[in-house]
Amino acid sequence: MHLGPYAAFIVAAYAAAFAVVTALIGWVVVDHRAQTRTLHDLEGRGIARRRSSRQEAL
Amino acid sequence: MGFADLANPSRFLSLAERALPWLVVATAAVFAIGLYQALLVAPDDYQQGATVKIMFIHVPNAWLAMLCWTVMSIAALGTLVWRHPLADVAAKAAAPLGTAFTFLCLVTGSLWGRPMWGAYWVWDGRLTSVLVLFLMYLAVLALWRTIEDPSRAARAVAILTLVGAINLPIIKFSVDWWATLHQPASVFRMGAPTIHPAILVPLLIMGVAFMLLFVTLHLAAMRNEILRRRVRTLLLMQAQAGA
Repeated sequence: MHLGPYAAFIVAAYAAAFAVVTALIGWVVVDHRAQTRTLHDLEGRGIARRRSSRQEAL
Repeated sequence: MGFADLANPSRFLSLAERALPWLVVATAAVFAIGLYQALLVAPDDYQQGATVKIMFIHVPNAWLAMLCWTVMSIAALGTLVWRHPLADVAAKAAAPLGTAFTFLCLVTGSLWGRPMWGAYWVWDGRLTSVLVLFLMYLAVLALWRTIEDPSRAARAVAILTLVGAINLPIIKFSVDWWATLHQPASVFRMGAPTIHPAILVPLLIMGVAFMLLFVTLHLAAMRNEILRRRVRTLLLMQAQAGA
């Protein structure tokens, strides 16, 4: 694969895409772990949700 | 399972848990095929040389930048008109993704523009309208953070989103309405695409790969947002119990 005289621009574009996509995946994974851990912690302390309305079901 | 069934967040979470592993595998597989095609199979452009490889990430990100706002606009209608309980969850989950894809569209476009146009940036209709879209995304993110109550924030964001949707046709037709340095539409246009199939096929595969990435991340971010709201509810209940 020969990228020619503008190789730096091509590599920089792909590197930026890789970095941003990796950051998005990392954000989603870390956020999921944090929310799940907090939820289990709260439920473990006996705090239960009411299910009387659609909004509360969230 | 119908659309109405998805109004139940527990049912939605169950669906997301089942769909996400398959989506992750499909996204990785299509990305592998797309990157192989884009980097190793697609020929260089006869005028632009190897810099055409930037197109394989720039164009899908441009499509997703607009698609995310379209999703947010539909969700905004869901919030304001139908009051669907997952509409503002969908809108909030899509906003950071749209911001990231628009950022990538701008960055990769600049890196493509410098060797081809001789400038990283020009204030032409297409570039400026996409920059406005990026600023609108930042405004939406700021609004979500400014208003603490999710329901009130959702209504304010929904109005801003629908106002911002005016920018979508401006972006699409900017290359037709004004004399721009940016090239006119070459894939989604009246008549056939103007790109040779040897370059068009890898571009479409990369487009599908980024689309799958968006669907996967959006579903996962929606799941996280539902969990975050459950945590918020429990914390409020804990605070009330302690008061």
